[in-house]
Amino acid sequence: MRLTGSVALLLALGGPLAAAPQDYALPEPTAQLRAPADPAHRPGFEAAQGNCMVCHSVDYIAMQPPRKGAGFWESEVTKMVKVYHAPVGEADAKAIAAYLAATY
Amino acid sequence: MIDRRDLLRGMAIGLGGAGLSARALHAEEAMLPFGNGERPLVAFPGKRPLLQMTARPPQLETPFSVFDHGAITPNDAFFVRYHLADIPTRIDPDAFRLDVKGHVERPLSLSLADLKGMPGAEVVAVNQCSGNSRGFFEPRMAGGQLANGAMGCARFTGVPLKAVLDKAGVKGGAVQVAFEGLDGPVLPETPDFAKALTLDHARDGEVMLAWGMNGQDLPWLNGFPLRLVVPGYYGTYWVKHLNAVSVLDKPFEGFWMKSAYRIPDNECACTEPGKAADRTVPIGRLNVRSFVTNLTDGQEVRAGQVPLRGIAFDGGSGIRAVEVSTDDGRSWAGASLGQDLGRYAFRTWTSEVALAPGAHALRVRATGNDGGTQPMEPRWNPAGYMRNVVETTRVRAA
Repeated sequence: MRLTGSVALLLALGGPLAAAPQDYALPEPTAQLRAPADPAHRPGFEAAQGNCMVCHSVDYIAMQPPRKGAGFWESEVTKMVKVYHAPVGEADAKAIAAYLAATY
Repeated sequence: MIDRRDLLRGMAIGLGGAGLSARALHAEEAMLPFGNGERPLVAFPGKRPLLQMTARPPQLETPFSVFDHGAITPNDAFFVRYHLADIPTRIDPDAFRLDVKGHVERPLSLSLADLKGMPGAEVVAVNQCSGNSRGFFEPRMAGGQLANGAMGCARFTGVPLKAVLDKAGVKGGAVQVAFEGLDGPVLPETPDFAKALTLDHARDGEVMLAWGMNGQDLPWLNGFPLRLVVPGYYGTYWVKHLNAVSVLDKPFEGFWMKSAYRIPDNECACTEPGKAADRTVPIGRLNVRSFVTNLTDGQEVRAGQVPLRGIAFDGGSGIRAVEVSTDDGRSWAGASLGQDLGRYAFRTWTSEVALAPGAHALRVRATGNDGGTQPMEPRWNPAGYMRNVVETTRVRAA
């Protein structure tokens, strides 16, 4: 999103804008997915990079309890596909879950 | 034209020159006391640095020290919780309309000026996330990994939902009222966030459409320009950026009521740790909680008389008593309650304990006017909702 200078200036000054649209400048997410230790999980890592961030920043992944294992991450990926309708194919979903279980 | 990066850089300078990088404006990182508890402190526009759980959509937790400054949580410190990342970034308050539709005699499209022209109402109420304190559950579960800072108490100004429903004229046979906001999913296939209340609850005169918070407009990330305020109920019902109220003649079937935000259908809303519930119901009222706010876990204090203070709240019966124990609950001493801002508000309390040199575990327990109190051992449920164990603050006196 781009802002006009005057709007951005007013927002930066915290000033209200009467009788005009107001804009909100959301900061960019900065979190990145961790590279897998085992190159075998490279395809899952790449599929995660290509899909997860469509809908959310990946701090969602990094904050989850550590080392919960395959069942936990398979269930999370399944939830993303079945409940939230992430357009991820079965093979990619499996690879993503395996990468996440090995890495987080 | 100025782009977002320049804006962020400007704000980083505004924070005192800390965190001067093009991509991140967080100066510091906090560590919550559970695995993967690292949280950058990030200042979103309109907010002071808060514990950033997630950046997109923004989920920001209030640093616990804020709660030591009184019963009212400042707007710039109030926690933020979204589900779906397409949150509004441009709103014209003059063009904004609230649609009241469905099973009504007269569908309405109300401007903020229309709403502000109706007889107003005010309430001081706690908004707490259903999953506040989820990070402390054991075994842990998936979800937002919060410590105790996804709660806050503010004075809300608005109009009773009942008045708006009466204006529209609820038709006979109506059973529920559903609520939607301007925020939505990134993918159209993802279930949009919407919640529902029973008609009786929606018309109780206390549920409010609020535009004001602590004497100012709602902060953007807390639902500007209008949100639902459901005193005594978990934050999931407090729909932000509220732009549609639909009266229904049959129960609402949306995902966020039917599948999400469900608790075990039993007295304790709990299951055996690690086990699923046989039957579930939608989450409802807050249970009773209390916290010490002037000491942190692991703190060193001077031996002798040690002053304690903190907050307590429940789902609307009001706080009857707060007690403190220094012997793991074998004996309790009553605390003095502070100013009463209403039965939905944080109630401050003060006390004093005599601490000999050595290690101590300070326990605090509140009781509501309805007799509800806090368990000594934590309860568990699959989604990690409604934690209200008697809190323990460990200190060393010297």
